[in-house]
Amino acid sequence: MTPRSRWGTAALGLLVLATAFPFYWAIVSSFTPEARLFQRPSLLPTTLVLDHYRALFTERNFWVPIRNSLIVAGATTAICVSIGGLCAYALARLRFRGKAPLLGLILAVSVFPQISVVSPLYLLLRRLHLINTYPGLILPYLTFAMPLTVWLLVGFFRQLPAELEEAAMVDGASRLRALWEVILPLALPGLAATAILTFVYSWNEFLFALSFTLGPERQTVPVAIALFRGQYQVPWGQILAAAIVATAPVAVLVLAFQRRIVQGLTSGAVKG
Amino acid sequence: MRAGEGAERREARLAWRLVAPALATILLIALFPLLWTVWESVHLHDLRMPWLGRPFIGAANYLEAFRDARFWGALGHTLLFTVVTVTLELGLGCVLALAMNRAFRGRAVVRAAVLIPWAIPTVVAALLWRFIFEGQTGIANTLLVDAGLVRDPPVWFIHSGLAWVPVVLADVWKTTPFVALLLLAGLQNIDASLYEAARIDGASAWRQFRYVTLPLLKPAILVALIFRTLDAFRVFDLIYVMTGGGPGTSTEPIALYTFNSLLQNLRFGYGSALSVIVFLITFALALGYIRFLGAGLTETRA
Repeated sequence: MTPRSRWGTAALGLLVLATAFPFYWAIVSSFTPEARLFQRPSLLPTTLVLDHYRALFTERNFWVPIRNSLIVAGATTAICVSIGGLCAYALARLRFRGKAPLLGLILAVSVFPQISVVSPLYLLLRRLHLINTYPGLILPYLTFAMPLTVWLLVGFFRQLPAELEEAAMVDGASRLRALWEVILPLALPGLAATAILTFVYSWNEFLFALSFTLGPERQTVPVAIALFRGQYQVPWGQILAAAIVATAPVAVLVLAFQRRIVQGLTSGAVKG
Repeated sequence: MRAGEGAERREARLAWRLVAPALATILLIALFPLLWTVWESVHLHDLRMPWLGRPFIGAANYLEAFRDARFWGALGHTLLFTVVTVTLELGLGCVLALAMNRAFRGRAVVRAAVLIPWAIPTVVAALLWRFIFEGQTGIANTLLVDAGLVRDPPVWFIHSGLAWVPVVLADVWKTTPFVALLLLAGLQNIDASLYEAARIDGASAWRQFRYVTLPLLKPAILVALIFRTLDAFRVFDLIYVMTGGGPGTSTEPIALYTFNSLLQNLRFGYGSALSVIVFLITFALALGYIRFLGAGLTETRA
């Protein structure tokens, strides 16, 4: 090894350690009895108990926020990928006037701050009696998820060779049939990666879920964890157990699709 | 060429039909609410005092914001947080991307390791770091005392200055990996033969970095800079969970103050004025960067 590559390896080793430590510590602590959490904590666990996880799913009824999050994030993803997919196809592969401003609009909407639409969305949802309901979360979620989905899918559709639909259309297929029969199967990996990213963003969302729900019956996972309070003190053991439970599905999904996800996330930067 | 023109028109018509549902959604749930926010911001609208109605009061909400010390404080905190975290993240991200760009074993492990903090809920990241710095006998304080770095471990979250340390650390921990991935993608686009040519010319490692890597990486750096700045400027989840804006309002960012004005104080007119201000600043930042980015792009291409 040259000295330079040794420095690089050391930097990356440090990175992996720094990344992993908070997770390691949270996992260890989530199995540690509450009374010992702040008594001379040691890096290596001594007593491990399942109490916090048990309390999470019995006393805390943590299934409810998990169900809420699955429904809201699932529905948001389904709507965005289907409607956004059609839009992205047109933007990526059809010629029409107004395409550039449309792409600009979508990009602009995807970067504008969520807080700037909280007040009208709250008033609107209140008038429609949708506060503290599933549609009352799914609709606001489309504001950030739809532009994200379209933007990612445009990137994926553009990577497919241009001759594909032409060949199909020479064979007499219409443009829509070419989309359905030729492009869609090839775009499936890209669609899957996009769906996962949209799901992850919706699963993690906090501001809207906090603003537009009122009680535990419709709270999503991040809101439920953030508002965990004990009667007398902060129940850290349960909070950490919940944090691990909330993180696990996201971690699994992202690891399973890491190559595609990195490709989707970075394609914008590569094209400059 | 009438047939060709017909085909073109058919293609355009199909395109608009495919675009319509998504476009309608975006107009209805993003642009229309934005206009509504502007409308609310020039009215007095207090949900606690419905008998006042919703009279038009012109720029009064904005004038109130300009005289409001808590608003200026929140704006200051947001700018401080943005400058500090974005600088740290781009610096560290650049170093990590350069390290990752060298071929080595275990690359997949590193990529997985860097993706996970980025993918987890910000709320979770905030809680993990809050727990690490919690109390006088949390793990951070224990390690600091054991290492002999401090004698009297501080209670981080009751101190208006120290409370920022875990907040910034948590943000850097969560987003540096993402910046590194963006920059790595840019690095991998650089033609290896350029380095070879530089080496043949006898350029040192530093000169190679300065005159080959940096200029060619500029577009990727600018993209990362835009996304990180806009993201840091709207920081909410992290601080809501870690400090609640406290102690007092000493870590309250503008998004949290806006949220509190709306949903705690129920002052929808005033909160909407704050929302519009946040939007305008974000918009100005984005425009500024895009001009900068555009210039950067033509420069590297020339």
